Amino acid sequence: MHETNEKTYSELAREAVGNEELHAAIRMIQDRIGRGTRQLWKTEISPELRARAKAMRMRTLEHLDVVLATLAENIRKQGGHVYFARTAEDASRYCLEVARKNEVKRVVKGKSMTSAEIGVDPLLEKDGIEVVETDLGEYILQLAGEAPSHIIAPCIHMNRRQIGRLFQEKLGIPYSEDPPTLTKAARKALREKLLTADMGLTGCNLACAETGQVALVSNEGNIRMATTMPKVHVALMGMERVTSTLAEHETLLRLLTRGAAVQKISTYVSFVGGPRQPGEPDGPEEFHLVIIDNGRTDILADPRFREVLACIRCGGCLNICPVYGRIGGHAYNATYTGPIGSVVMPLLGGVNDHADLCRGETLCGACKDMCPVNNDLPRMLSELRHMLAYGDETWDVTPVDKTEAVAFKAWAAAMSSRKAYDLLVKSGRLLQAPFVRKGVLKHGVGPLGKWTADRDFPPIAKQTFAERWNTIHAKRLKEDGDA
Amino acid sequence: MSKQTATLFIQCLVDSLRPEIGDAMVHILERLGVPMHYPPEQTCCGQPAFNSGYRAEATKAARRFIDIFEDSEIIVCPSGSCVHMVRHHYPELFKDEPGMLVRARRVAARTYEFTEYLVDVLGVTDPGEELGSRFNGTVTYHDSCHLARGLGIRRQPRQLLGNIPGLTLVEMDESDRCCGFGGTFSVKYPEISTAMVDDKVKTILETGADVVSGCDVSCLMNIAGRLSRIGSPVRALHIAELLAGTGV
Ligand code: SF4
Repeated sequence: MHETNEKTYSELAREAVGNEELHAAIRMIQDRIGRGTRQLWKTEISPELRARAKAMRMRTLEHLDVVLATLAENIRKQGGHVYFARTAEDASRYCLEVARKNEVKRVVKGKSMTSAEIGVDPLLEKDGIEVVETDLGEYILQLAGEAPSHIIAPCIHMNRRQIGRLFQEKLGIPYSEDPPTLTKAARKALREKLLTADMGLTGCNLACAETGQVALVSNEGNIRMATTMPKVHVALMGMERVTSTLAEHETLLRLLTRGAAVQKISTYVSFVGGPRQPGEPDGPEEFHLVIIDNGRTDILADPRFREVLACIRCGGCLNICPVYGRIGGHAYNATYTGPIGSVVMPLLGGVNDHADLCRGETLCGACKDMCPVNNDLPRMLSELRHMLAYGDETWDVTPVDKTEAVAFKAWAAAMSSRKAYDLLVKSGRLLQAPFVRKGVLKHGVGPLGKWTADRDFPPIAKQTFAERWNTIHAKRLKEDGDA
Repeated sequence: MSKQTATLFIQCLVDSLRPEIGDAMVHILERLGVPMHYPPEQTCCGQPAFNSGYRAEATKAARRFIDIFEDSEIIVCPSGSCVHMVRHHYPELFKDEPGMLVRARRVAARTYEFTEYLVDVLGVTDPGEELGSRFNGTVTYHDSCHLARGLGIRRQPRQLLGNIPGLTLVEMDESDRCCGFGGTFSVKYPEISTAMVDDKVKTILETGADVVSGCDVSCLMNIAGRLSRIGSPVRALHIAELLAGTGV
């Protein structure tokens, strides 16, 4: 998977919070799109619709095998090929085989985080195949050699000056920071690639089993070209990305574009599902759908996490999350970022390996409110933390932090009697005494050390409330009562 | 007197760090003529352990809490997140233990957050008249996550603050954006937490308010900690302190 950075979450986060430009860019998305979507949830889209969408999703997930079989059958009927890939390697290898068989030299890509998940690009490139991203944002990142930082706005972390310099260097155009000029330059470069590519490789926003179609939404038209112009089209989809009926499909599509970009519908929606039929003016000669498991069956089998598969990857949760708002996508060092990434990456890529993602959120619940399919991400984060605390056999998790475990044992002991609790409070008072200045702690001890690097901490009070109750309140109330 | 006895659930942070908030709550209830009971054995509801994943430890605390509080008529707490813990997570912790589940649900149904209790149970509408509250200044209100999203309590505190004579309530931008406390989150990832509280502080300062108020001491402690570190004169006061007039 996309994890290339050796730095820890905390290190990456520290770099990111110091990056004012990044902060401003993400705030802009959160202010514009995040607020816009929230407004839609209040006005135009009823909570009932979202609840219904979730229910449809869950029903489909419960019969996923049947639904996927129907999808495959309908795609095959249209002359398309369907491949069920159990692992990431499986899926990538299949793509490579298709490319080799068709003597593909150039692949144009669009809309596929799944391709990053399975790591197909490097595999194709190793075989001497050129791989070109066609989504403008993704293309910019490819030129810069960077990973996406947002689900729907992958290069939000870059500003137009950086992009201008990048284009100057890589595309050999005069420096400009004028967005239309830059867009035109990219379009020109991409058109050439699109016209000469032999294979289109895309993701799949939603598939519809009933009609045997894959739907792809975009605002640039690049998807339309990547799926129709090259002679081969391979679509990658996570196995959960399927809907049973056209009705479910339509409802989810509506929620998807609204959650992603406050749009009623995106500029382009492509429905594809097979090769060009006789008499049709365009379309590929070969169509392949790769349905990827890569750990999803395990998620499906666990009732604690099944609902995360209801996610339609709209990115809405990123547009409200205050943690994401401060650290951006790269700090997650993962294919899927933000609140959804924090739940799904540990499950797909190993809970211990992504322990920081499970722990690095405040459980504030904003993502849950925002999610068009009501995914309870905070609940699942809490379940993941539970596994990290004690270990978990099914998910092969080992306890993550021995010191913390010991501390919570001690904490539980201290909380289990008022005497022990009072003792703790009293020793705290003694310990803090040398550090209290003007009524606050400027330098905390132990775990508070880091906390007080940027914040003052209130010292433990001279008397606890319990003491005050005994010495002041209880007496007064009794006297008042007697009087 | 027909009022139910209010059993005080004073969360550990109020108990040890800001007991004045507990005092304020007692004074308010006293003025309303509510009989009070304080179980001296209480310690912590278990929330810190639960949120960090240590459910066995949290369950221990929960069991103890239920033992101590289950005979109460009504339980009142000056902290939204603790009420959220009792109301939503206790039943979850005991879902496989039928006997305990019944007890957990009973306690959950009787536990109220302080402003919710004042407005929805006691029907307080005019703090000036009913509680003798007064405050000269401008106040902005921070919606704590568990209180606002978890319990849906947004209206009650505003209703109370808005009716304190002399007090001007000004809304901050995105009042329900998390302040970055998150319990052990702020200890484990202080760099992110500080950045988040800075966002919060910015929106507070933009209102020009003299005071930021809220119903959770943990958020207030986080916000106050940052305000004080950057040398801001804006104070963070619990709503009980404003209602009781002790924060003036
Ligand atoms: S979890 Fe919900 S909000 Fe986040 S990407 Fe998935 S569907 Fe969108």
